[in-house]
Amino acid sequence: MTRRDVSPATRFWMEFAENRLALAALMVVVLVVGAAVLSPIFAPQDPYDIGKLVLGDARRPPGFVGAGGYVHLLGTDAQGRDLWSAILYGLRISIQIGVTAGAVAFVVGGTLGAVAAFSGGRIEALIMRFIDLQLSFPAILLALVLSAVLGQGKWQLTAALVAAQYAYFARTTHGAAVAERAKDYIEAALSTPLSSRIVVFRHILPNCMPPLIVVATVQIANAISLEATLSFLGLGLPVTHPSLGMLIANGFQYMLSGRYWISIYPGVALIILILAINLVSDQIRDQLNPRLKR
Amino acid sequence: MLGFLIQRLLQAAAVMVVISALVFVGVFAIGNPIDVLIAPDAPQDIRLDTIARYGFDQPLWRQYLNFVSSLVLGNFGRSFVFNMPVLDLILSRLPATLELTLAALIGATAIGVPLGMYAGYRPHALGSRIVMGLSVLGFSVPTFWIGLLLIMAFAVELGWLPAGGRGDTVAVLGVQWSILTLNGWTHLLLPALTLSLFRMALMIRLTRAGMREAMMSDYVRFARAQGLSDGKVIFGHVLKNISIPLVTVFGLELAATLAFAVVTETIFSWPGLGKLIIDSIQSLDRPVMVAYLMLVAFLFIMINFTVDIAYAALDPRVRSGRS
Repeated sequence: MTRRDVSPATRFWMEFAENRLALAALMVVVLVVGAAVLSPIFAPQDPYDIGKLVLGDARRPPGFVGAGGYVHLLGTDAQGRDLWSAILYGLRISIQIGVTAGAVAFVVGGTLGAVAAFSGGRIEALIMRFIDLQLSFPAILLALVLSAVLGQGKWQLTAALVAAQYAYFARTTHGAAVAERAKDYIEAALSTPLSSRIVVFRHILPNCMPPLIVVATVQIANAISLEATLSFLGLGLPVTHPSLGMLIANGFQYMLSGRYWISIYPGVALIILILAINLVSDQIRDQLNPRLKR
Repeated sequence: MLGFLIQRLLQAAAVMVVISALVFVGVFAIGNPIDVLIAPDAPQDIRLDTIARYGFDQPLWRQYLNFVSSLVLGNFGRSFVFNMPVLDLILSRLPATLELTLAALIGATAIGVPLGMYAGYRPHALGSRIVMGLSVLGFSVPTFWIGLLLIMAFAVELGWLPAGGRGDTVAVLGVQWSILTLNGWTHLLLPALTLSLFRMALMIRLTRAGMREAMMSDYVRFARAQGLSDGKVIFGHVLKNISIPLVTVFGLELAATLAFAVVTETIFSWPGLGKLIIDSIQSLDRPVMVAYLMLVAFLFIMINFTVDIAYAALDPRVRSGRS
């Protein structure tokens, strides 16, 4: 099979697989997401079932055999939770929030950017000025204030993340759509009896996808990191359902006394996930950048 | 150039007005400050009196107008919690944040740009790959986590550096600085490093991307064809061209670093603005929140303004295109 016969998707995949590091990172992402989704099966303990927590088992080092009869591979936290289970469940919450926030921000921002690009004139100027204004503020500050306004909770936190991130999608969509709109094939499509809506959805938006995919992967990683940061600062999720950031925050106070594992292991899990996503998106970005084509 | 300046200044002023309204409405939605100000068992007449004194009984737009008019006079109100003028409170915390931010950003640039240039110049060398790997790591690891690891390693295990606080300070012109004492430096080192790793990764990647594109461009090919050495090509031509986005990012990151100092300051108990804003969010200290956000917005706009001007100075294309 030569390179010419294959579909663009297959060719993209083959090029991606050439980078071993990115391929390994992709496998890590799949594994971590899989483990997180199936955490009720993999986790030896349900960390949210307060009735099962034994306070006598609190803050035990890795390898401790607890009252439940099983080995706490990564030790236990201050409430006597099995850390390995808490990390799996925490990953699940973090991924859930990150992906939801990323997807909603994608739709909201993409729509706004596309509307701006196609309406032109005052509406475009209004939308894009506002987006620029928002982008000049760091996302963390916006998310911080918003989660203070909205209060604690999964949905409040997701909303704060969306509000902090949609602008990146809007700017990218707008830029790509304006560039596409000026090209000859769109002119050609518009000169046919096709309605402008069909031209937008069938021709322009699909061609805006490549940069958006890159932004989406980066933003999902960012959302997960932001969520952890907010939870670490005590502004994210309620204590009953600890995400990774909160596990780290809870362990922080014990770290100075040498009980490192409560903070360190959730952090390692978080970093592996974010690092793997970033490596994958790096490779996609390089592949989609026409200026680096050799 | 003058027309360009005036146009930018007007834009900045308009943006400031919009932001002040947004901030005011946003902060207004947070909690009920009456609960902070008055004990729940206070009699009704004291309650009403306090509400009237702080103007909470007036419609939102009137409260906003009052706020703006006192703002123009330089009056940000009093902190509910500290019971002192907000402006004094913020100004007393500003130097700590400023020295932390500047130390972090200057360090990140001084290390990141040369590394990025090397990685862009020799993209396939082993050293470049290591640099890029580290930059991905710096990008991926959340700031608070870096802080934890550094405390763990250098404060708990090795015991070389303190885990928090600002250390000894020296008063210069009535402002306390810790960069002027050795003890202050030992306190500054870990938080500054924490804050700078992300910016360093950003600088490395930007410089490398600019470098790679520049090395493939025609002007470099022609400069080489002229017989110039690579050193002359890079430092005489390429560096000038790639410095334009770097200046932008330095400016924008200055503001973003100020904002991210929130996290770093919380971890290292650094008594700066970031710790102040977290505390006031938790205690619903509205005047401090509003003033902090306005100050950050102002800084952002000033920095954006300066970046625009610097852009125009560095790149003649921008100057002629817009003015």
